[in-house]
Amino acid sequence: MSAATKGSGMTWVGRSIRRLEDPALVAGQGRFTADLPAAHWVRFVRSTIASGNIKRIGVPPNSNVITAADLASAKSIKPMLHKFNYVPVAQPILAADVVRFVGEVVAAAVAPSQEEAEDLADQVEIEIEPLTAVTDARRALLAGAPIIHPEAPANVIVEGRIKTPDFDATWASAHIRIKFEARSRRQNATPLEARAGHAAYDTATGRVTLTCTTQMPHLTRTAIADVLGMPESDLRVIAPDVGGGFGQKMSLPPEYVILVWLARRLRSSVAWTEDRRENLMAGFHSRDQVIALEGAFDKDAKLTALSADIVANIGAYSCFPTTCGVEPLMAMAELPGPYQVQAYECVSRGVLTHTCPMAPYRGVSRPVITFALERLMDKAAAKFGIDPVEIRRRNLIDRFPYKSATGLTFDEGSYRQTLEMAIEHIDLPAFRARQKQARAEGCHLGIGFSTFSERTGYGSPAFAARGMEITPGWENVEITMDPSGLVEARIGSSPHGQGLRTTLAQIIADEIGVEPRQIRVVHGDTDRAPYGWGTFASRSLVIAGGASLIAARKLRSKLIKIAGHMLEASAADIVLEGGMAKVSGTDRSVPIATMARQAYYQTHRFQGDIDPGLTEIGAYDPAGTFSNACHVAIVRVDIDTGHVAIEKFLAAEDAGRIINPMIADGQVHGGIAQGIGNALLEEIVYSDTGDILTSTLADYLPPTAREIPPIELHHMETYSDASITKAKGVGEGGAIGAPAAVINAINDALAPFNVSIDEIPATPRKIRAALRLAMEKRA
Amino acid sequence: MTDKVDITLNINGRNHAISVEPRRTLVDAIRENCGQTGTHIGCEHGVCGACTIIVNGDPVRSCLMFATQADGVPIRTVEGLAKGDTLHPLQRAFMEHHGLQCGFCTPGFLMLATAVLEREPDITDDELLDVLASNLCRCTGYQNIIKAVRAAAAEMRA
Amino acid sequence: MLCEFGTKDGRVLAGGQSLVPIMAFRLARPAHLVDINGISELARVSRVDDTLSIGAVVRHAAFHSPTVSGQMGRLLAAVVRHIAHYPIRTRGTFCGSIAHADPASEWCLVAATLSAQMVAASKRGQRVIEADDFFEGIMTTALAEDELLTEVRLPVISDQTRFGFHEFNRRAGDFGIAMALVTYRVADGVIAEPRVGIGGAEAHPRRIPEAENALKGRPLEPKTFQAAAEAAAKAVDPMEDIQADAEYRRDLVHAVTRRALEQSAP
Repeated sequence: MSAATKGSGMTWVGRSIRRLEDPALVAGQGRFTADLPAAHWVRFVRSTIASGNIKRIGVPPNSNVITAADLASAKSIKPMLHKFNYVPVAQPILAADVVRFVGEVVAAAVAPSQEEAEDLADQVEIEIEPLTAVTDARRALLAGAPIIHPEAPANVIVEGRIKTPDFDATWASAHIRIKFEARSRRQNATPLEARAGHAAYDTATGRVTLTCTTQMPHLTRTAIADVLGMPESDLRVIAPDVGGGFGQKMSLPPEYVILVWLARRLRSSVAWTEDRRENLMAGFHSRDQVIALEGAFDKDAKLTALSADIVANIGAYSCFPTTCGVEPLMAMAELPGPYQVQAYECVSRGVLTHTCPMAPYRGVSRPVITFALERLMDKAAAKFGIDPVEIRRRNLIDRFPYKSATGLTFDEGSYRQTLEMAIEHIDLPAFRARQKQARAEGCHLGIGFSTFSERTGYGSPAFAARGMEITPGWENVEITMDPSGLVEARIGSSPHGQGLRTTLAQIIADEIGVEPRQIRVVHGDTDRAPYGWGTFASRSLVIAGGASLIAARKLRSKLIKIAGHMLEASAADIVLEGGMAKVSGTDRSVPIATMARQAYYQTHRFQGDIDPGLTEIGAYDPAGTFSNACHVAIVRVDIDTGHVAIEKFLAAEDAGRIINPMIADGQVHGGIAQGIGNALLEEIVYSDTGDILTSTLADYLPPTAREIPPIELHHMETYSDASITKAKGVGEGGAIGAPAAVINAINDALAPFNVSIDEIPATPRKIRAALRLAMEKRA
Repeated sequence: MTDKVDITLNINGRNHAISVEPRRTLVDAIRENCGQTGTHIGCEHGVCGACTIIVNGDPVRSCLMFATQADGVPIRTVEGLAKGDTLHPLQRAFMEHHGLQCGFCTPGFLMLATAVLEREPDITDDELLDVLASNLCRCTGYQNIIKAVRAAAAEMRA
Repeated sequence: MLCEFGTKDGRVLAGGQSLVPIMAFRLARPAHLVDINGISELARVSRVDDTLSIGAVVRHAAFHSPTVSGQMGRLLAAVVRHIAHYPIRTRGTFCGSIAHADPASEWCLVAATLSAQMVAASKRGQRVIEADDFFEGIMTTALAEDELLTEVRLPVISDQTRFGFHEFNRRAGDFGIAMALVTYRVADGVIAEPRVGIGGAEAHPRRIPEAENALKGRPLEPKTFQAAAEAAAKAVDPMEDIQADAEYRRDLVHAVTRRALEQSAP
């Protein structure tokens, strides 16, 4: 696993080289937002009431507390979607007349230290006349429910409907139909670094530099400049080292806007570090959905039609830039999953409630729809008396390109092959024997499967299809070789743990014949990096990687041209490797560093054939590609306490060409761990009146090392033309498939008890309650 | 605001003479007063372990101590793990085995593992897992952290 | 050397592992903190006849290896592993846990089950409070505002005493949602002097006489353990919170009692 020896001509792609990011991080020399000193600190004063009219804000005299009145000239955050009956609603930067969720920002207290800012915030009195709050989405849909925004009198902010032409006929001719309700409870991505922002005013230029924990620096810049009505060129946004994001940091929070406003007003530096309670309360939530699902099967257990009603609780406001439509609409578009079902009807609604706004979280809706669909497959398998593996075999797509019922094009994948690969490594008959033996001894083991697709690396065409006003997707990468031969690649993606500085360097190194450590990938600083969309949706390696490859190939051509001149050879005979340009079959060569120098200092030699300098731009905007995997979980359920322990977790995955196996595996491990947390532990709970009951890490429970079993990974690489590097995205797959596998395993363990667990997280209390109910029914 | 007191924090062998309110936590003092920002804050209520440092040989959550309690007591943080350019075996192991992704929880894990391995070099695998379950990581799924610490433990034992 | 304890307007700071988070949340805002960590006389564990005396500043970690030989040392070492995590145990104190009286405190369960004596000191003098009188409610004890818990005296169990401890929680190191500590001797083939303590389920840990009666004079067999577990589950008046409703907590009390008993007789 160590670096290759110099000049060996080895390729870098496909090797687990150590990350270039690591030396600083292991030495404690990372630069995170909260590490910056500031002259002023902000403590936000947040509503403690879920719904109400603000009557009065009492501020201590001669103190620095900002309220909505101070920000009167600022616009609101109002993302737009032009389809699906979307109702635009505005989120004020500071709540002015009403509050709509516990944790909503009402005022900002500013002081010279964090402790003093908190002291000051404690003294701010907010009088709110409470109104009835609604926190449950289905209750919000009932007639007479409190209305969150007058523009959406039914509390439905977005609605998607689809019905394929053949649906009714196919539905009517079903051999059997299976119906149930899948419930996914609210999640918080819980990055270890909560959100933070630091805005510094430069008196010399009048510009503000906002350093913040964002996954999308450029969008943040444009959005804040829009909201504040300031020239965008006066704002610089820097995403430094960011301690995990998982989607939570790709939506714009009003807190950042306030910081920039304060910096301009104070002509100084002002900072905010969110504490964990704030993050759990107000740091964007996700996955609060109910899916009423019904599947029609023919007599061979083939899924012929699917009907779904999806209700997504999107909270009190719509997240920028994706809008809150992202969860319900993605759920609708991708629910049919990796199965050959073409008849589909779905109604999917995003519903407003007096809770924290929803934003995308790793996998977005796919962990939920995969859980629902995979439960359906297992229920059907049981009904037909066939093996859960067999029913998947019969239904998985296997011919490509495959066009889904919702018009998505699935490129080459290995859905069946990864299922078979997973089975190969689990001795299923032996497990079943062990399970039987264990049952006789009162020990309940279960095995669960999930097979799923992971849509990744999709560019602007896909976003345009959603009707988003802002259609992200493409990436530009600028590559410059300096006169010393070292390379800088400036990218618009914004990694925060994914190892992109290493993987992109590997891709570029292979093209231009230098080592990855001679390539510095620059990202996160809007003054330095080309406009781009950040890092989310498993896009960066595919899209920024593709753009890097394109730019690197252009640079390669130029270098070869220069070499041709210097070595008096034709381009076709020149090879770039090991830091040298060589003429094949001869011993003539010239160091790339020498060529670089020439490209700047001796341009007259090229007689106008080559432009001076060594900078190339690559642009890439792909349609998207699908990774796939099969997850298998083996669990032990304690029927006395409802506790679930995962004995083993295995994944067979295919994400196309793997650039750095160690890094790719790390992404899968991390996703699976979050999926396990989703399946067993993590739940944001509100009281009926809208108070958050899970506002500390003693109540909201991300897994520790003890809850995650050893994870066994197996790989395939299917290459498709949908990605120019042949790499597919790998960031979300772990989170997408794991909950389904775990829940299916629990149900398999509890098969003798006639219970069906169809909710995530499947907490011990819920499992125990289901068992008790079933045992009472039996008695 | 209360009156400040003068204390000296001895971090990685170096004395920092600072003036802090008695209510200032040790982690805030280390980061802001002494400028050593390698120790991170993940929750401020003693659950996540990102703020773990070594005080008098013990692994300790620095968000749960007041700076004044550490006056004159030897403190070790991640910045002091390497000896000049020579990395600590744990640091090397984390890089070798991809035991970090975003790097935010890493200093806490490094100091936790350092303290425990120095105290109990022959710690069993199972007990080590218990110890590593003290701290939260959201990126790695723990697989490679466990691998890295086991590898470093083996090297440190030799 | 007794120090002046003027803890009016203030709180005692020992390990800080419970107090500091509460202060970080601003749920407690003491004007003063009296830091007792430097008082070396309070940092001792010592055995005097059949009593183990644990001073106010003795850390949880002190019990990782047996502080006293025989079953008592083993019991304390078995329990301490369940207290939070290693880095918390290097700072948090046994007595601090008792004074804080979280319903899920393992040491409070030990103190209640073994009938410990709590020694409280103030300017007015010193007094000894029996366990039965000490724990009053959720995080509420008989300690007066100006009293410092200087010492807990645990009766040392004999080497013939068997014990079992079982705790249920969601994740490693979490607060226990229910826990059971059982001790007993075997005399003439049956259980004698049983003690069954339940913690984490009610406002404070306590012995459950109904469960003890179900054990007394009975043989060591699954039927006996089951009866005791049922009795305990029935007898408790469980707390309800987001982790557990009353019915589920009863199920857990049943499970932890039975498992603690099974553990005591492998």
